[in-house]
Amino acid sequence: MTQDLKTRNNAGIIDARGPRFGAVITTVVLATALATNNIWVIVAQAAVFAIGAIKGPQFTPYAFIYKTFVKPRLKGETPAEDVRPPQFAQSVGLLFALTAIVGLTSGINAIFTVAVAFALAAAFLNAAFNFCLGCEIYLLLLRARSK
Amino acid sequence: MKSLLPIVIVLALATGYGLWYQRSRGKVVVKSDKGLITGSMIGAALGSRATLVQFSSAFCSPCRATRMLLEDVTDTMSDVAYVEVDAETNLELVRTLDIRSTPTTLFLDRTGHEVGRAMGAPKRDQVLSAISAIR
Repeated sequence: MTQDLKTRNNAGIIDARGPRFGAVITTVVLATALATNNIWVIVAQAAVFAIGAIKGPQFTPYAFIYKTFVKPRLKGETPAEDVRPPQFAQSVGLLFALTAIVGLTSGINAIFTVAVAFALAAAFLNAAFNFCLGCEIYLLLLRARSK
Repeated sequence: MKSLLPIVIVLALATGYGLWYQRSRGKVVVKSDKGLITGSMIGAALGSRATLVQFSSAFCSPCRATRMLLEDVTDTMSDVAYVEVDAETNLELVRTLDIRSTPTTLFLDRTGHEVGRAMGAPKRDQVLSAISAIR
């Protein structure tokens, strides 16, 4: 079993500060969406989540901003992180964003508000407390699914 | 412009949870029920004094740092074993031991009884004091 884990651990390593910076922008965007009910704000965020979920969090526009403007100004050692945990978080974000879009287009504003609220909470926790969504919910999902 | 109230509520609740999260992660909680874990359950031999069992998963960023720390700490201790278990492929064990998140590290004594567990990445001094408490 250890062997299995080791081979799966070589998937890809990125700068751990990139996704966290992305979470800061995501927090601002989702807060804007929640305050304005503007569909284009959440559609734009859903597109970013989709890139992060499918291609990887290091390819989103937020990651581009980080690499171009923030990273060159940072000193010290680059903290490394497995790419899969933030990618998982982007997928969960995409699910919530799509749910919010469905809510808004079908006229059920409560769905929009709740979905954006959850996504905002997760993004804010990641930005402010380095919260790892995959750590907390992935095992619970697995345990619930295969009972 | 809608009301800003939902944002305030979400950020307030998230801050409360986040503060609790930061305080509780990595803390070694002493176990009183002392469940028994055998070497065959985790696929490795137990250490002669203590064993650290880390449950990891693919979508867990602190798992890597935790592994590096625990490997480093136990490297010089010949009587303390370190075992990493993939939670995903060992769901039966995960249920038996009630592992809820990754990384979760179990501290076992020489007989395989769980004497403590830490959810989240522990700090070096937390690991060292938990190990030194096992006789």
